[in-house]
Amino acid sequence: MKITPGAVVNGGTSLNYKTGSWRDQRPEIDLESCKQCGICQDVCPDDAVRQVGDRYEIDYDFCKGCGICAHECTAEAIRMKNEEK
Amino acid sequence: MPKKPTRKTESLFVSGHRACHGCGLALAVRHILEATGSNVIVVSPTGCLETFSSPYGYSPWRVPWIHHVFENAPAIASGVAAALKAQGRESTRVVAIGGDGATFDIGFGSLSGMLERGDDVLYICADNGAYMNTGGQRSGATPFCAATTTHPAGKASLGKTERKKDLPEIVAAHGVPYVATASVAYLGDLKQKVKKAMTLHGPRYIQIDTPCPSVWNFPSHLTLEMGRLGVNCGLVPLFEMLNGKITKVKKLRSKVPVIEYLKQQKRFQHLVVKEASNRSVMAIQEQADRNIEKYKLMG
Amino acid sequence: MHGGGYSHEKRGEVIMADIRVVEGSEAVALAVKACRPQVIAAYPISPQTHIVESLARMAADGDLNAEYVRVESEFSAASVVSGASAAGSRSYTASASQGLLLMTEVLYASAGMRLPFVITGVNRSISAPINIQVDHQDTISLRDSGVIQLYVESAQEAYDMHLAAFKIAEDPSIMLPVMVCMDGWILTHAYERVEFLDQEAVDGFLPPFKPENYLDAANPKTWGSYAEGDVLMEFKYAIHKAMSEGKSCIRKIMTELAALTGRDYGGLVEVYRTGDAEVILVAMGSMAGTIKDAVDDLRREGKKVGLIRIRCYRPFPYEDLLAAVRGAKVVAVLDANVSMGSEGAVGLDVKSKLIGRPGVPMVIDFIAGLGGREVNSTAVRNIVDRAERLSSSGVPPPEAEWLDLNPAIVP
Repeated sequence: MKITPGAVVNGGTSLNYKTGSWRDQRPEIDLESCKQCGICQDVCPDDAVRQVGDRYEIDYDFCKGCGICAHECTAEAIRMKNEEK
Repeated sequence: MPKKPTRKTESLFVSGHRACHGCGLALAVRHILEATGSNVIVVSPTGCLETFSSPYGYSPWRVPWIHHVFENAPAIASGVAAALKAQGRESTRVVAIGGDGATFDIGFGSLSGMLERGDDVLYICADNGAYMNTGGQRSGATPFCAATTTHPAGKASLGKTERKKDLPEIVAAHGVPYVATASVAYLGDLKQKVKKAMTLHGPRYIQIDTPCPSVWNFPSHLTLEMGRLGVNCGLVPLFEMLNGKITKVKKLRSKVPVIEYLKQQKRFQHLVVKEASNRSVMAIQEQADRNIEKYKLMG
Repeated sequence: MHGGGYSHEKRGEVIMADIRVVEGSEAVALAVKACRPQVIAAYPISPQTHIVESLARMAADGDLNAEYVRVESEFSAASVVSGASAAGSRSYTASASQGLLLMTEVLYASAGMRLPFVITGVNRSISAPINIQVDHQDTISLRDSGVIQLYVESAQEAYDMHLAAFKIAEDPSIMLPVMVCMDGWILTHAYERVEFLDQEAVDGFLPPFKPENYLDAANPKTWGSYAEGDVLMEFKYAIHKAMSEGKSCIRKIMTELAALTGRDYGGLVEVYRTGDAEVILVAMGSMAGTIKDAVDDLRREGKKVGLIRIRCYRPFPYEDLLAAVRGAKVVAVLDANVSMGSEGAVGLDVKSKLIGRPGVPMVIDFIAGLGGREVNSTAVRNIVDRAERLSSSGVPPPEAEWLDLNPAIVP
C-alpha cells in the first residue's frame, strides 16, 4: 500500500493493532457478583471493557492485563488470572 | 438496584494504542474527549502521548489530531484557532494535550505566548513529573526529592533539589479565564472541569496528575490508588480558578501522611530507606501541609 | 520586458498597470495582501520588520481580512502558520537571519507533513559576530529542509514571486512551504518603481486554498505520525520527488504569471548574455544587478562574459544550468555564504552537477559579500580576471577564493 502524503492517516486505525498479546495476566469478571456499576469500563486505560446488553465483558483483543479494573471493581467481581500461552 | 452504566457513546480515543499497562495518561485522554465531545481539534507535543498514539497507520484518535514538534503545541494550537476563526468554523474548539516536559520546560515560552495573546485554546497538561517518553529524566514538574535518571539518588544526592514549578499559578498570573488542577483518580471531577472549561472562551488550562506505573515504578493496577494518595496527602491539591479566584477545591476527607505516598514509588525509595533523608520527608510533609492550608483542603 | 500594462485574459483588454514607487517591503506586503491569506504571524527582526509592519497598518485600517497573530518568537511564527495551514487556511509569515534559523525545526516538520505556506526570507548575515547586513547564510542554511526557495533581484520580482509562491506551495503535486528570499535593506528598504496587478487579476491567477486533507472534526485524521525505518526513507523520498518533479510545475506557474504581467524572468534561472560567453558568472539575489552592469562594461571592452542568475535554488535547476554553461571556458560562482570548512553552497551544488560531464567548464567558487561587503563592478572584474587566469592554468583551486579579504587583520 502506498504511503500517504505527509504521513496523514485516518483516525481509529489503531483498532487494527491487537494489544492483547501484551498480557501476562487476564481479568475475569464473575457475572454473578457483578453489580453492573460500570466502573471497570470507566477505568480501563485501553477502553477494553465492552458493554453487551446489561453485561460487562473484557475485550481480550486489546486488554493489556494492567489489573486496574480488578482493583477498582466495587463488587470484587474481577480476578486476575495468569495468562495461559 | 444496580447503578446504570454511564458511558453511552463510542469512545473518541480507542483501543490499540501502545501506552504502557495501566497508563494514567491514556485513561485521562479518553475521558477528556468524552467531556469535550467530537467537535474538537486536538494538538499534542512530542511525548508519551504522541509516541504511543501515532505509530504510522495506527491512530486511536477519532478526532482530528496533529503532532508537530516538541516545543510548539501551544503555537500550533494558536494557528489552528486563528484558521478556524478566519474560516468561520469556530464551533469547532481547539484542545491541546501534552506532557509536563513539553509544557513546563521546552514549550513554556510558546505556552506563555498563547496565554498572553488570549487565544481560544484549552491547554491540558498531563503531568507525570518527568520526561517519561525517554525513560524518566527530570523536568520542571518533577517533585522535590524525586529521583530521575538525570538527577538520581546516590551517595551524594537525594534526587531533585528544586521545588516543583507551580505552573497553575504561573498560568493564572497571565490573567486567563480558567485554571484547574485535576487527577485521573477522580474521573468525574476531571470531566466536570473539562466540561466547564469548554463553556468558556479564551486561554484555559487544566493540569492533570497522571501517575506513571512504569517509571514511578509501582504495580500497574495501582494507578488510581496512587492518584488518590497524591491528592489525599495534599501534594496534589485539586482546585478550580475562575478569572484568578479559587472557586472550588476538593476537600480531603482525611489527611494521609506523605510517607504513605512516597514509600510506594521507586522514585522516592531513597527517602524511605535512608535515615539521613528524614529531613527531606519532613520538608515534603511541610509542603503538603502548606498546600492544605493555602487551598483550604481540610474542614 | 518592462511593459506599461498587462493583458487581462478575462476582459480581453490591456489594463493600464498601477505603477507606484514603493519601499520593497511595502511591495511584498501588497503582494501578500492580494493573495488573501487567512492567517498571518508576525515577529520582528531587522531587516524584515517593515513587511509585517505594513501588513499591521493594513489590518489596523480594516483593509486586511486576515487573523494577524503577534507571536512571541519566530519558532511560534512558523508554528502558527503551520497549524493554520493544517487547518486549511492560506498562511504567511516573514523572518530573517537568527529568526530563520530559529524556525529550522518547524520548517523541516512542516515540509515533512506537506503543509503549504509562504514565508519571506529576508537575507541577513548570521551571528556571531552579529551583523545585520545582507548575505545569504540564513536562507542557505535551510536549503536541506524541503522548503522551496526562490531568490529575487528586485522589488518588482519580489512582488511577482510572492504571487507565484502561494500558487506553487498550494499546488496539489507540491504541497510544501515556499520561501521567497530577498536581500535585506537593498531590496526591503530601498524604494523602487513597482507595477501592481489589480485584485481581479490576482484572484484569477490564485484560486482559494482547498487542500484535500485538513483538520476537520467531520473527517478525523491524524497528522505527525511516527514512522519506522521500513517507511521513513520513502516519506523523505516523496518530498524530494515532489521538489524535483515540481520544477516543471514551478516553471509552468512562472510562465502563467509572466503571461499575465508581461514580465518574464526566464524561468528557474535567468540567463544574461551567456550565449557565446567564455566566462560565466553564477549568482543569486540583488548582486546580480551589479554583475549585469559589469558584464555590459566588459562586453563593450570585447570580453565574452555572461551571468546565470539562479532564481529557483531549491529544487536545484541543474538541467537549466547545464544547458546555459555549454561552450564556456570557466564558471565563477559568487557565494554570499559559506559552508564552513568547505566552500560556498551554490558552488558545491554547481560543481556536483557539472562534474564528470563531457565538455563542461572548470568551476571556481568565490566567497563574496558576507556581512554586506560590497560586490561592486571592480570586484566583478577581478573575479573575471581571476577566473580566466585559473582556467588557463588548467588546475582548479581546491579552496574557494574569498573576495576582497583583508589578510592583514586576520590573526
